[in-house]
Amino acid sequence: MQLTNEENAMLAGEFGAVRRWAISHQIAVGEFFDAEDFAPVSQAHIMADTESLGEAGVRFLEGLAAAPEAERRVRVPTITDPRGIDFAVYRRLGQTPEMAALEERAIEALRAFGVMMTDTCINYQTIMAPVRGERLAYGDTGVVIYSNSVLGARSNFEGGPSALAAALTGRTPRYGYHLDQCRRGTRRFRLGAAPDDLSEWGAVGGIIGEACSSYWEVPVIEGIETVPDSDALKHFGAALASFGSVALFHIPGITAEEPAFAGAPVTSIGRAEIEAFLARYAARNDKLDVVVFTAPQLSLFEMEAVARALDGRRVHPDTTVIVGTSPEIKHAADRMGLTSRIEASGAVVAQGICFYQSYAHEMAEANGWTRLMTNSAKLVNIIGGYGYRPTLASLERCVDSAVAGRVL
Amino acid sequence: MPILLHCHKGVGPAVTGTALVAADNFSARYDLDRTKGVFTRPSHKLVGQSYADRILVLDTAKGGVATAWMLHEMAARGIVPRALIFNRVNPILAQGAAFGTVTLVDRFEGNVTQLFRTGDELRVDPSAGLVEILNRDS
Repeated sequence: MQLTNEENAMLAGEFGAVRRWAISHQIAVGEFFDAEDFAPVSQAHIMADTESLGEAGVRFLEGLAAAPEAERRVRVPTITDPRGIDFAVYRRLGQTPEMAALEERAIEALRAFGVMMTDTCINYQTIMAPVRGERLAYGDTGVVIYSNSVLGARSNFEGGPSALAAALTGRTPRYGYHLDQCRRGTRRFRLGAAPDDLSEWGAVGGIIGEACSSYWEVPVIEGIETVPDSDALKHFGAALASFGSVALFHIPGITAEEPAFAGAPVTSIGRAEIEAFLARYAARNDKLDVVVFTAPQLSLFEMEAVARALDGRRVHPDTTVIVGTSPEIKHAADRMGLTSRIEASGAVVAQGICFYQSYAHEMAEANGWTRLMTNSAKLVNIIGGYGYRPTLASLERCVDSAVAGRVL
Repeated sequence: MPILLHCHKGVGPAVTGTALVAADNFSARYDLDRTKGVFTRPSHKLVGQSYADRILVLDTAKGGVATAWMLHEMAARGIVPRALIFNRVNPILAQGAAFGTVTLVDRFEGNVTQLFRTGDELRVDPSAGLVEILNRDS
């Protein structure tokens, strides 16, 4: 890679050991992907839940955080993805004091860098939406695909260590979705049926994701006649990224960029394909252990929809309902009375977590949970590996099932 | 004569080990019980099999960003694949391998899940962009 004088100085340790680690890590990644140089970034977003970090990751952060302040401060505004623990509700979810203690250590270390603990995977709805062409080092695949596609920003998937490195150097290797040639459409899909709700938008994302199955494929989706709202594209993109590792999609006339590609066979997706996708997770009449609304965290509008569906109803005593949102939306929901309406049903509102990043396996064992129901296609894709049997359905059917204590 | 296969330059140290091959994808979060060191995702072709100290040969990386931290955490506990060989990875796997000092190579001529067989003894040299199959010549 071609390095500037400042980058060479970082590599030589002239800005301290922390920035030397950061630029060294970035050069290793950049050379792996044949990056020619670095590009400056305006924001970083770090995924650093303690389930992923483990003791080793937390110790690594603490080691860097022990450096002098001038050597460890981030160079661009840096925010965080959901954590593993909501300290207000963790015992109720079967998480342990040991998990909470590790979480506290991680938070303290991240704060020492000057990281803002936003604890959210919907920063584009709640903190500061990026603009077209803005270069970023974002973690969380759902955040990256939404920012790249809907908003026209430029980021690769930046895992926790790489996002932290970008925050410390203020730049990222110029490869992948920072390059024009990677942003062209490579696959064509035609949607022949309008998704009915967020679970179906997620299902369509899952279908296209499975068909692409590569970070380097860029699907172009035609046939969408009604402009989807932000939550629909959030669930669509999150599922596309989860099932396919895809980081950019184009919907001509709706998303930020034109696909700029020359012809490709079209794959049609209709009602039959959506129904077949949902049927993979069907479990009618199964005892229902846990209903989860998150992944991605809920917007204010989704919180209102959950509150409306639960008004005047009581969750079955053998079923737990978890509603996950960001701290910003939680505060708004508290202020607007949505939290109390949801919790009056017996449901738990958690902030700053996203369920699957929250020791899902240990929660399942502690609570005896197996059957999980959600309107998030992303979550049904992830959670099977943690020992759950997931069912995908609309928000309303999830709530009806939670009240009945079985999958309806 | 060992079989020599060229790939893109990778990350991590040169290692020798036994291949575990499947035409499937990989995510440390989605697919593994990282405490026991086995694949647990029911639909994964390697479900129930141990990945510890094996050279994993799979198609591509999938899903979320967690693998970037998790390879480091797995390596710290010593229950980690000895190397990763993929057709083409996403940035997360490359970042995770670089951070966790786990050997990773990709971009071969041909499909790695067909070039390599479970049980092959391999020597992986990331800095040379080279993998040798040591125990067969065809």
